[in-house]
Amino acid sequence: MDITRIVGACLIASILIVLVRAQRPEIAVALSIIVGVSVFMYMMSHIAYLVSTVAQLALRARMGNIYLASVLKAVGIAYVAGFAAEVSRDAGEQAIASKIEFAGKVAIMVVALPVMVAILETVMRFLD
Amino acid sequence: MPGIDLIFKITGIGILVAVIHMILEQVGKKDYAFIATLTGTIIVLAMVIQKIGDLFDAVTTVFRLW
Repeated sequence: MDITRIVGACLIASILIVLVRAQRPEIAVALSIIVGVSVFMYMMSHIAYLVSTVAQLALRARMGNIYLASVLKAVGIAYVAGFAAEVSRDAGEQAIASKIEFAGKVAIMVVALPVMVAILETVMRFLD
Repeated sequence: MPGIDLIFKITGIGILVAVIHMILEQVGKKDYAFIATLTGTIIVLAMVIQKIGDLFDAVTTVFRLW
C-alpha cells in the first residue's frame, strides 16, 4: 500500500528531524524539505491521473479550456507557495512565510482575473 | 518510498557535523568548528537544491504552470 509506505517513511523522518534539530536546526530544515519533495514525487503519478481525469470531464462538459487551466494553475501556485511557507514557518521565519503567502495570493489573483472579467462581461451583457 | 535514502544520508551528515562541531569546540578551535558546520550545510544545501528543482519541474508540468 502506498499510504502505509508514505506514513511510515514520514514517521521515521519526523523522528530523525527531531534528533537532528536539537543540534543542527538548519539541517533539520533541509530534511523537512526533502520529505515534502519526496512525498509529492511519490504521489505525482496519482496527481497526474486526477488532473487528466478532470480534464477529460471538462472536455465532455464542453467547458472552456481557459477555466480548467486557471483552476490548475491556481492549485499549483497554492501548492508551491504553501509548501514554501510551511517550511519557512517550521524554520521559525514567520515573516518570510507570510511574504510567500502574500506573493502566492497575488499570483492566484492574477491567474483568476480573466475568469472574473469574463463573468462580469456576461453579467453586463445580461443587464444591457 | 524513493527519497528515504536521501533522508538517511542527510541525517547522517547532520549527526556527523554535530559531532565534529562538538569535538572541535571541546578542543578549543571555534573557527574550525564554524568551518565544519558551514561545509556540512553547503553539502546538504547542494543536495536539497537539486530536489527542489525536481519538485518545481514536477509541479509546473503537472499543473501546467508555464
